[in-house]
Amino acid sequence: MKSYLLKRLFVMVPVLIGMTIIVFSIIHAIPGDPAETILGQKATEQSKEELREQLGLNNPWYQQYFTYLGDLLKGDLGQSIRTKVPIAQEIMPYLAATAELTIAAMAFAVFFGVNAGIISAWKQNSWFDYISMLVSLVGVSMPIFWLGLMEQWLFSLKLGWLPSIGRMDQRNPVEAVTHLYLIDSMLAGRWDQLWTVVKHLILPSVALGTIPMAIIARMTRSSMLEVMNSDYVRTAKAKGLSQFFVVYKHALKNAFIPVLTVIGLQTGALLGGAVLTETIFAWPGVGRYIYEAISSRDYPVIQSGILIIAFLFVMINLMVDLLYAAVDPRIRYR
Amino acid sequence: MTQPILQIEDLRTHFFTDRGEIPAVDGVSLHVHAGEVLGVVGESGCGKSVTSLSVLRLIPSPPGKIVGGAIRFKERDILRLKEREMRGIRGNAISMIFQEPMTSLNPLFTVGQQIREAVSAHRGLGKKEARAHTVDMLRKVGIPRPESIIDEYPHQLSGGMRQRVMIAMAISCGPELLIADEPTTALDVTIQAQILDLIRRLNEENGTAVMMITHDLGVVAEMCDRVAVMYAGKVVEEGTVRHIFKNPLHPYTQGLIQSVPRMNEQRRRLFSIPGHVPILHTQMRGCRFADRCQHVMPACYEQLPELVELEAGHRSRCLLHEVKFKEDVV
Repeated sequence: MKSYLLKRLFVMVPVLIGMTIIVFSIIHAIPGDPAETILGQKATEQSKEELREQLGLNNPWYQQYFTYLGDLLKGDLGQSIRTKVPIAQEIMPYLAATAELTIAAMAFAVFFGVNAGIISAWKQNSWFDYISMLVSLVGVSMPIFWLGLMEQWLFSLKLGWLPSIGRMDQRNPVEAVTHLYLIDSMLAGRWDQLWTVVKHLILPSVALGTIPMAIIARMTRSSMLEVMNSDYVRTAKAKGLSQFFVVYKHALKNAFIPVLTVIGLQTGALLGGAVLTETIFAWPGVGRYIYEAISSRDYPVIQSGILIIAFLFVMINLMVDLLYAAVDPRIRYR
Repeated sequence: MTQPILQIEDLRTHFFTDRGEIPAVDGVSLHVHAGEVLGVVGESGCGKSVTSLSVLRLIPSPPGKIVGGAIRFKERDILRLKEREMRGIRGNAISMIFQEPMTSLNPLFTVGQQIREAVSAHRGLGKKEARAHTVDMLRKVGIPRPESIIDEYPHQLSGGMRQRVMIAMAISCGPELLIADEPTTALDVTIQAQILDLIRRLNEENGTAVMMITHDLGVVAEMCDRVAVMYAGKVVEEGTVRHIFKNPLHPYTQGLIQSVPRMNEQRRRLFSIPGHVPILHTQMRGCRFADRCQHVMPACYEQLPELVELEAGHRSRCLLHEVKFKEDVV
């Protein structure tokens, strides 16, 4: 297991380097003078030249790349042109907001998706199977923004059960430490706010989690159906184990590997920011952050945003690989 | 011999497929006495595996269904038991070994976990005791270093070792009946002999009755006390090993025995029964073997012969016997 982990970590290195090269080249491929972009069109030639010197833009490109890489390793992502705040500092609350929403959405998607898939496979061709597969078909085909709006209309406007926008009750906010409000409100011992944070999370995570849930349900079902006919499931039954045990222990563990892949990919995609959901629910996440940077041509922010999302994707993939190994000894011992 | 512990009566297991209803097991009656080894022989698709799976009610459903008959295990009709009661029998009083040791063990659990599960389910042993019992079982089936093998995964073991693990699992609760469904088919010849030895030894030492499903007459000769020959979902002949090998009465059994290559004979081509197993359907009439039989008569296509007892404990299902019987009487 240890050697497997080391191997996986080692393989990540070229991926990460490749990522930085791509992101670095993107910014250099953009036409126009960065100094002019930063200072504006009316800046004097002299002030532009000073800025170029200061930013190291007059150095050869490879030197610039290594400076960039060195800064990255120090955790320096540069500065936002718009706000003049260091990006590493500025992006944290947005990332935390996205992480909180992603985790909630994926928890919803995995719990309902996996269970619906299992029961559908177990009771194949039953009413439950037909209905859950129909629901999941509708789930994958439904536009998120429409679902989000419908949720707000029903649960906020008509029923008044859940708040329609934001992350918590702003009248009496909790001090942000981690920016994960679930944790912050617990740290502050503010159980009243914890409840409002949970309530704020429900609608956006359902909207965001519906498509992954539908995909996971279908994947789990087909994977389970395959495994349920296998010889070792028959052996487990022949041992006198209960059907529940056979399904949830012997079959599920084997069926879970392809499902794990889907969960990983979906989590990665959600972490990249869900602009639609974040916009509808006024969720201050990384998707909206980058979107705003794009609209105001804040290149350093765009660059860092892309880099962080790509990095998170790589990390999620690493985690999925490690989970494979945890589930399947044949991977672990290879 | 004593009262049989397993008595299958007129068992009918049908499969409901797109091509219609297939009577895979069509009125099979068998019995196994305590401590006895019964061989069930026949070629692929004759219904021998389906019969054995029916005993544990493990027929995949849909498409399969037991549509008739009775399976009595020690006076209880298995087919009438509740699923809960049935679970108490599976792996406990009756256990089963399957053909493919490569795929019959769960790849994601250690050998020990898989054996322990059966022990915990039926014996309610604590973790430590269950582990000790598992080591004992592994040792009993001849696995070297059981204390370390117990923590290994199936993919780390050879085919023969995996089959030993399957056997250890099957006998872990001291079953009265062991159903072995082609336990050696997937193994090398030398390993086959070891596994057969092991099953024979368990039968002799513990008095476990064995129902040995096989297509290999060599296995039957080596292992069994009595034999039932199946063809196309029906038992065509039943008798002691001696009856079947020395005096096979049914033309199918005779054909099977002739197909076995002999050491002391130089033959260029091996004998084989011409033709194919018929495609089963519910409207079949007459003898299932008629198309391939050397002694076929017009009546064979019209009338399904009864399984008749021709000498003590030796029964066969063929119209020839009735003709002969009449001739004898005349």
